[in-house]
Amino acid sequence: MQLLGIIVSLLAGGVLALLMGGKSATISRWISLMSLLVASVFYAGLWFESTNGDDLWALHMDWPWIARFGIHLLLATDGLSLVLIGLTLVLGYVALLSAWHEIKHRCGLFYLNFLFTLAGVVGVFSALDLFLFFVFWEVMLVPMFLMIAIWGHEGRRYAATKFFIYTQASSLLMLVAMVGLVLLNQQQTGVLSFSWFALTQTDTSGDIGMWLMLGFYLAFLVKLPGLPLHNWLPDAHTQAPTPGSILLAGILLKTGAYGLLRFVWPLFPDAASAFAPIAMGLGVFSVLYAAKLAFAQNDLKRLIAYTSISHMGFVSLGVFAWNHVSLQGTVMQMVGHGLSSAGLFAIAGLLQQRLHTRALDQMGGLWAQVPKLAALSMLFAVAALGLPGLANFVGEFMILLAVFQLYPWAATLAALGMILAPLYALIIMQKGFFGSRQEGSAHSGALLDLNHRELLMLAILVVGLVVLGFWPNLIFTVTAASVDNLVQLGNGG
Amino acid sequence: MTWLELISLMPVLVVASMSVVLLLLIAFVRQHKLTCWLTCIGFTLAAYWAFADMGKPPQQVTPLLIMDDFSRLLTGLVLLVSLASAWMSYAYLETADEIREEYYILLSLAALGACVLVASNHFASMFIGLELMSVSLFAMVGYMAHSQQQVSMTLEAGVKYMVLSGVSSSFLLFGVALIYAYAGSLSLDLQLSSEAPRLQQGYLVIGSAMLLVGVAFKMSWIPFHMWTPDVYQGAPAPVTGFLAGAVKVAVFAFAMRWLMMAQGDYLDLLLLGLTLMAVLSMLIGNLLALRQDNLKRLLSYSSIAHMGYIIITLAATAGQGAQTINLALEAATIYLVTYASMTMLAFVVISQLAAQDRRFEKGTLADYQGLLYQQPLLAAGLILAMLALAGMPLTAGFIGKYYLVLVAVDAQLWLLLSLLVVGSSIGLYYYLRVILVLCQTPDADQQSFAGSSAKLLLLLLAFTTLWLGIYPAPVIAWVQQAIA
Repeated sequence: MQLLGIIVSLLAGGVLALLMGGKSATISRWISLMSLLVASVFYAGLWFESTNGDDLWALHMDWPWIARFGIHLLLATDGLSLVLIGLTLVLGYVALLSAWHEIKHRCGLFYLNFLFTLAGVVGVFSALDLFLFFVFWEVMLVPMFLMIAIWGHEGRRYAATKFFIYTQASSLLMLVAMVGLVLLNQQQTGVLSFSWFALTQTDTSGDIGMWLMLGFYLAFLVKLPGLPLHNWLPDAHTQAPTPGSILLAGILLKTGAYGLLRFVWPLFPDAASAFAPIAMGLGVFSVLYAAKLAFAQNDLKRLIAYTSISHMGFVSLGVFAWNHVSLQGTVMQMVGHGLSSAGLFAIAGLLQQRLHTRALDQMGGLWAQVPKLAALSMLFAVAALGLPGLANFVGEFMILLAVFQLYPWAATLAALGMILAPLYALIIMQKGFFGSRQEGSAHSGALLDLNHRELLMLAILVVGLVVLGFWPNLIFTVTAASVDNLVQLGNGG
Repeated sequence: MTWLELISLMPVLVVASMSVVLLLLIAFVRQHKLTCWLTCIGFTLAAYWAFADMGKPPQQVTPLLIMDDFSRLLTGLVLLVSLASAWMSYAYLETADEIREEYYILLSLAALGACVLVASNHFASMFIGLELMSVSLFAMVGYMAHSQQQVSMTLEAGVKYMVLSGVSSSFLLFGVALIYAYAGSLSLDLQLSSEAPRLQQGYLVIGSAMLLVGVAFKMSWIPFHMWTPDVYQGAPAPVTGFLAGAVKVAVFAFAMRWLMMAQGDYLDLLLLGLTLMAVLSMLIGNLLALRQDNLKRLLSYSSIAHMGYIIITLAATAGQGAQTINLALEAATIYLVTYASMTMLAFVVISQLAAQDRRFEKGTLADYQGLLYQQPLLAAGLILAMLALAGMPLTAGFIGKYYLVLVAVDAQLWLLLSLLVVGSSIGLYYYLRVILVLCQTPDADQQSFAGSSAKLLLLLLAFTTLWLGIYPAPVIAWVQQAIA
């Protein structure tokens, strides 16, 4: 019941925040915090139960929903889901803290959308009925869309529309593929079922499997995002309010990676392994090209957005190498990137609050004025470039290690990304914080350094990055069994 | 006619006698509220009767009408849509400077026509139903023509609808005549027999093509859609709701019946025409909606696109095997139900706004700016309707779309399926645009206005739209029973 508790407390918190938000913004903030806390308590129970049992799956709910098509409300979690739901809640706190003073108008409505997004993502990570998964997958878009469209920056309406159309259009292909898969399964077994457990038994070899796999792959590639379908991301991330950017980069991108892990390989082992070289190529291309684009940006949030694409390229590589090491590395990369990119977006938000600009050439010489902020920016920047001792390094290293054994060319090329990463990470530091204040720069008066709330927000992320950098086993032990299971399914057994 | 036949025809008879009662009533008492109540009660009774009869064996009533579960279900649906438009008309007419009571007679006659059309399995009854519906609609579309507060387009819309509808009816009638020349009967049961003389075969082909044109006009399938945006824009909002909801359901029901009876080469011929129109409607309908700055015109193109999508179910009835055909029929019915609920939701919002302030009757999108903060309930209803029309999960629209995908994959209609995907991707843009406008910060000079009167109807329709999306199982089971 714990999982249901998480989702329900988030949904209820959102509705309460809206109802109370009309009276006072402060109340809606505290309601959101309370509902996150309640959700965390449920999560703690879930974690305790799942890590102490021997079962791979914790089944939370299996109620018939639309009996006509064998659709169930099937919620279950394994180690992978568990880690990602944890990440969702942690970043929920971070985003909430960043919203605390940034969101000033229509607070009730904002927190409704905020908490509904979280609930939707938790649903995506735990729905094991494909139809239900699809419902969560689409429904989480709407609150995110509204968050960008109402509270975003100057180009928000364009960015929000683009974000929505990209994801929705690609997920229509997934819907078609999903229906195709279900009918294929019905032909083979005579039973109409949307359950992941049943569908992984379907024989999907042959041409039809390839087409169906592509439908899923495209939807997840857009969400990941991978080149050449990444175009929505720089706009959406740049225009979203800071909490929106944190959620987008931190968790919404992870739903794409999760989809690749959970659905593409286990459902279509043959097609996926045949397709792997192409996906690898696209992954390498993402890593390198997005890194280059990031380096050329002047808008700080846009720069960070491109680094996300580059990092998600590694996820593509990791998934399509498909063995135990690469998948563990992928999970670590997802968590590490979630924390570091959330940190960078939070920093960008803090700077924008103080300077009223995101343009790097308007900054400069900030270290002397805001030393704490600058030092923490440094930490997130080096986390992003993959400094050993922080979580991202573990992920990228394991992915490259595993890929090299299968596709040496891909690993070699992707490793070049490790050279490009310092370029874009350090340019943030150099342009923004070092040097001297430039003539005509945006800030003239004294700037405030971090306050307690902001320090707390960033500290959560720093602790996560460092702890996982030194003790990655904290995650690996939880995910080991489910990764083994996925590898087995993905290898056609 | 036996007693049994008469009983099974009861929903139609209730509506028919209601219009007579209304006519007599108005001769003696002019009272808007009473008239509206009577209409609503009549529609409710008739709809209840139609639904309550479901499960009984099919009953042929004279050679003209058939009351099977398919007719009963869609008759009920048509009557519910009529009920909703009568309900939303009340607030609208209450603020109008026009004679009010006659409107309800026209509405009940139009509904009567729609019911006859749904139940017809004969070309003669089809024509009677269609004409009864259309002729009443001429007057309804132009109903506000002499009103002082009127927005200019009404008369134009009325005349346009009358002329074009008249042309399409003559096509239809000529088509029926040619078919009669071929078959010697007016029953829907047609075949292209190769033994017939060449000329005779030509009669059937040309006649059917003309008939298809007539049907396509009413369904506003492209290229016979020209009237749609103008009429949607110019007609009073409740009438537009009726046009978009009831008329489409009724005409589609006939098209379905016609196609189900067709066989062989004849069917292929019809399918060719339908597929062509589906392709055009899905593509062009969505593209034309993109640049619309007018909500009512936008909704008209959206309905063109939706009527294009539903052709998929018609095309699938040509498939092999009873299972595929049953699935297609089920999908069509579900789609019509979901489409009716979300379209009526959109129009109840528009007509409520128009009842408060005739400015909204024009449908200019800019007038809706910031509505979410001025009238949260109405705006939330409209947002829900847009999301549903766009096919978001947890709304009725998704269930409809899911069914279409299922049918298309099952019958392997790859062309239509890919156009469905492309079309609904394009469609997202304009539905989102409406939502964005509603969420924008309102202009300072627009003041907020008084509360609305059909809140209950709005809530009911919103509830239905959500319910069909969240827990469709009972409705699906019910429809399945009616089809089987």
